[in-house]
Amino acid sequence: MTTTEIGSNEQYNFDIVRRFSFTAVLWGLIGMSIGVWIASELAWPFLNFDIPYITFSRFRPAHTTTVIFGFGGSALFATSYYIVQRTCQARLVSDFLANFTFWGWTAAIALADVSYMLGYTQSREYAEMEWPIDILVEVVWVAYMAVFIGTIMKRKQPHIYVANWFYLSFILATALLHTFNNLAIPISLFSMKSYSLFAGTQDAMTQWWYGHNAVGFFLTAAFLGMMYYFVPKQAGRPIYSYRLSIVHFWALSFLYMWVGAHHLHWTALPDWTSTLAATFSIMLLLPSWGGMINGIMTLSGAWDKLRTDPVMRFLIVALSFYGMSTFEGPLMALKDVNALSHYTDWTVGHVHSGALGWVAMVSFGSLYHMIPRIWNTKIWSEKLIGIHFWLATIGVLLYITAMWISGITQGLMWRAFDQYGNLQYSFVESVAAMHPLYMMRAIGGMFYVSGMLLMVINVMMTIRQGNNAPVQVPSGNLSVAGA
Amino acid sequence: MFKHEWLETNIGLLTILTMLAISIGGLVEIAPLFFIKNTVEKVDGVRPYTPLELRGRDIYQREGCYLCHSQMIRPFRDEALRYGHYSLAAESQYDHPFQWGSKRTGPDLARVGKKYSNEWMVAHLVSPRSLVPESVMPNFPWLLTTQLDYSDIEDRMRALRIAGVPYSLTKAEYDANVKKFGKQTADMLDINKARQNLIKQAEDNDYDGDPSNISEMDALVAYLQVLGTMVDFSKYDDDEFVKYR
Repeated sequence: MTTTEIGSNEQYNFDIVRRFSFTAVLWGLIGMSIGVWIASELAWPFLNFDIPYITFSRFRPAHTTTVIFGFGGSALFATSYYIVQRTCQARLVSDFLANFTFWGWTAAIALADVSYMLGYTQSREYAEMEWPIDILVEVVWVAYMAVFIGTIMKRKQPHIYVANWFYLSFILATALLHTFNNLAIPISLFSMKSYSLFAGTQDAMTQWWYGHNAVGFFLTAAFLGMMYYFVPKQAGRPIYSYRLSIVHFWALSFLYMWVGAHHLHWTALPDWTSTLAATFSIMLLLPSWGGMINGIMTLSGAWDKLRTDPVMRFLIVALSFYGMSTFEGPLMALKDVNALSHYTDWTVGHVHSGALGWVAMVSFGSLYHMIPRIWNTKIWSEKLIGIHFWLATIGVLLYITAMWISGITQGLMWRAFDQYGNLQYSFVESVAAMHPLYMMRAIGGMFYVSGMLLMVINVMMTIRQGNNAPVQVPSGNLSVAGA
Repeated sequence: MFKHEWLETNIGLLTILTMLAISIGGLVEIAPLFFIKNTVEKVDGVRPYTPLELRGRDIYQREGCYLCHSQMIRPFRDEALRYGHYSLAAESQYDHPFQWGSKRTGPDLARVGKKYSNEWMVAHLVSPRSLVPESVMPNFPWLLTTQLDYSDIEDRMRALRIAGVPYSLTKAEYDANVKKFGKQTADMLDINKARQNLIKQAEDNDYDGDPSNISEMDALVAYLQVLGTMVDFSKYDDDEFVKYR
């Protein structure tokens, strides 16, 4: 390697990556365990135990917040800090700000969970955090933006690697969404309670613009950033098509922001808005599949790795679930399909095929790739990764199958008429019909959590045998895909 | 001739163009909803919540009811039979935040008001399976035993007033409410009389069946019993509201 002397004494800041990686798997275990608990509450309601703090309706936001923002968010912080340093060949621009994002973010998740259980919530799905926590998140996010963009500014490579575009888009979009969806008026400076600035229709539209783009940018664009780095690295091959990644990036960033209103079909939201959203939802299929193809085809010529490498298996199955969910999504955004699927468990199943199948699996693969490298060691047990993979796959399949059946059954029972034109079923008959499926869903969740537990053990043992020796920033000129 | 390479090598340009790409969708779909007049139907009867109903709504939010119950009836025949007239935008025009929901693990509640007696509501909230054995709803027994805290009711109404709900502080605002809603309702929306209004409504109706105190149950049932009852649909033609959609 040819070297110049500039910056040759600089070391990567992997401490921050280590911290976020570790909390990511911990939040994963906690959040998914809460998920199994609340799923079990729906199957066996006595599990609420008449304790307000763990009653389904207060506990459910703790599940969604811990898995989306705790597990997913920490995995994104970890991987983005890793990738931006490696692809820019530069240390993070500020250790202080990076540490602040860690403590601030971790505190926000913990405070949010406790506050929901105590009954403080904005009652906006995936944005339940009350105003003081929202302000903390806002400040952390600005710091994150400063660290990320600042590090790109001091890069040694002229090109900004494609994974960083996706992370950038995710950071900007999340800032925009978080700010506007949380505009609220606190009842006093000393109370956690606030009221949303907007009301009714406008409020619903703002919330689902946020809600769907939390999926689109937090749970998709950012994880695609992960995919664009770790799939080529693990496969040892360059990304399939650079041109496709350009088209993928701009189309995805532009189109996603239009589709939120498909959550409000047939409601009091004006038709023009939801029709527009449905149209863009169909168009979104193209960049979504473009991204999936770009990821999967990167493996072409190295398909044998699927047999031998469990990390690769996680990454590729994640992309398959991504393709499946992004086909199902536009389908459900059609008004006629939505008339059946909306308000039912089908939506819950769809979210989990994306969350468990795509987001979590691509994170597992990426973390298994990254964690041995940042602790200068090998993974403690490759075999355990293999078992984790099968537990996760069986879990997600049980989960989404249960929810497809229950969702479609609910939808059909609600709209069934008898021969006299009366409703054929009372509502509670549809609830009773769900019971076996809710049990099946809970069991699927248990499989998934068992796999997560194995991962926590594997990661902890890997950390024990590893060390924190600093890694030198290379000063030579590496190729983009190999960086 | 434009080259994508310019963006790939310039973080400022990349940031600006990305920001542009992600801003357009929201602007086009959200901003007009504040300006297009027909977004919210013109209809009589919809008023802001009374102080007691408002506290009930706070509890509805606190307990997370919206996670299993929607408040948005869609314009389908089965929903009309099961729940009643489809929901209007006007009916949630004072809802900060909206409670339309996204999931029906339990039935829609947009028009649950006055469909069940107070006694049924209380018994069902304390122990749903005592009345509906197949139900999977949690018990909420603490609502009956917890005293309603209304010490900050004025703060709550003042915050909503800032957000645009016509609760009145001044004489002029009160007079405007008299004109718009009638004297009886205008009195209920007067922040200066909030506390006495709240106590009076709870005592007059005794929703929880225990006249000796005002519980959280009193407030929640007061809220549930007003849901969907404000608009008198018999005054309107069947297709009156289609033109707004």
